[in-house]
Amino acid sequence: MLEIDGIDVAYGPAQVLRGLSLTARPGEITCLLGRNGAGKTTTMKAIMGLLPLRAGSITLDGEDIGRLPAHEVPRRGIGYIPQGRRLFAELTVAQNLEIGLRARRRGDEVRARVLGLFPRLADRLGQRAETLSGGEQQMLATARALCLEPRVLLLDEPTEGLQPSMIALIREVVVELRRQGVAIVLVEQRIDAVLSAADRVVFIENGQSRAAVDAAELRDDPALLKRYLGV
Amino acid sequence: MDFGPYLLLASLEGAVTAAVLALMAAGLSLVFGVMRVVNVAHGEFYMLGAVLAWVVASAVGGGPVLGFVAALVVAPLLVGALAAAADVTVLKRLDYDPERTIVATIGLLYILQQLTLMGYGPEARPVAPPFNARLALPWVEWGDAGPQLYWPWGLSITSYKLFVIGAAVAVLAGLWLFMTRTRVGLVMRATQLDGEMAQAFGIPVERVYAGVFGLGAALAALAGVLIVPIQQAHYLMGGEALLLSFIVVIIGGLGSLAGTVIAAVLIGMSDGIISVFFSPTLAKIIATLLVAFVLVFRPRGLMGKAAR
Repeated sequence: MLEIDGIDVAYGPAQVLRGLSLTARPGEITCLLGRNGAGKTTTMKAIMGLLPLRAGSITLDGEDIGRLPAHEVPRRGIGYIPQGRRLFAELTVAQNLEIGLRARRRGDEVRARVLGLFPRLADRLGQRAETLSGGEQQMLATARALCLEPRVLLLDEPTEGLQPSMIALIREVVVELRRQGVAIVLVEQRIDAVLSAADRVVFIENGQSRAAVDAAELRDDPALLKRYLGV
Repeated sequence: MDFGPYLLLASLEGAVTAAVLALMAAGLSLVFGVMRVVNVAHGEFYMLGAVLAWVVASAVGGGPVLGFVAALVVAPLLVGALAAAADVTVLKRLDYDPERTIVATIGLLYILQQLTLMGYGPEARPVAPPFNARLALPWVEWGDAGPQLYWPWGLSITSYKLFVIGAAVAVLAGLWLFMTRTRVGLVMRATQLDGEMAQAFGIPVERVYAGVFGLGAALAALAGVLIVPIQQAHYLMGGEALLLSFIVVIIGGLGSLAGTVIAAVLIGMSDGIISVFFSPTLAKIIATLLVAFVLVFRPRGLMGKAAR
């Protein structure tokens, strides 16, 4: 279980997160909802240790990971699929996957399993990542994170700019990971997608977590959405 | 001597300059490419390589070959370790901020230069080349009986200069293989492409930076060791080498190894040829002018990528 408790995070003098808290449980999809600039991506970067915490703590199954050097965080089993994919553009598909595999010293078995989920990548192993189509790049970004065999998977707007068939594929993979007991944290703009897939929804506003609600409640009572988001 | 043999001689001198320059500029380019640090102290690592070559060669004794081989191994290692230490103690604490690291490396430049002056002194000192046979080169002449070879007086190169060219080619090929074929090279390239994502996938970026800074300095030191049997070791020799390296790296495209090598050949050859036919000063003027043109018409250099 990933627990974030009252974290403050700032970019230089500009404070972005103020006492934000949330919990992501294994086998659940926890969705972060909020306006642009509310602090969703910053929360993910803070979990990855890429931004220093000014206050608060982040624990993974009881271990404090909030103050680890950034490169130690993924080694604890946190996979990150960042916004805009952020592939190693000039490296090949195979090399991008190798970087993922090295993080937790996983071998050919994991690689074969990940490629089994995305057969199209297996046909393009020698191709540079920047030459892939948008959908294939998202597949690769997902595959790279799965190479860590993550306990926690962070997805930042994974469906942005993708065609429906690709969105369905990503969604299938995420649902399968949930079934395997991975704790999933999802940032997603499309509320319909959130409501149909998420187990819990955390509303973020001005760098604070306003409320954590069961997705089932939101599905039953859309008026709640209006209250928290103002949409 | 006719013009043809004269040009060949100038080109060979230029090729030696190009070889040493390519090694040094490759180090500068690697450091900038991966760390985005403009290392103003790079010339001093070259100077330290040359000075340490003298120190090691005179301490070892036992003939020029043994002394030179010892210098070839020890000087780059020592300089690389020194640079890695400077990275950990200085650059890391500045968070690799582009502007502040320039100021810090300027400071490093003066510290290294003045310490060398205090310890080694203002003299220029030579290191004996391990071998130095004079090889006469033939030229073709059209005589009465068609083309025939002859050996013009003064057209020659030493075996050591050929060795410098060969060694530089071998080291650069090795560097290329290291970057493209090994796991450490892969980690370095991933860090170069996106440092933040490299961290998010378990790459200890700070350790990579220390290694890259050390490797870049070791390449400069190696260039210094190779040049010192031709050009004596002196505590101020880093300045001109730094200027030429920057020229090469800007023309070649920052962070591109292929571009760096092409530009080093271009600048080294033109420097050699223009220095022989006209004057070394004119060679520098033309090279600097070339940089100005590149900056105006193709700011990313010959092989550089547009900023992401």
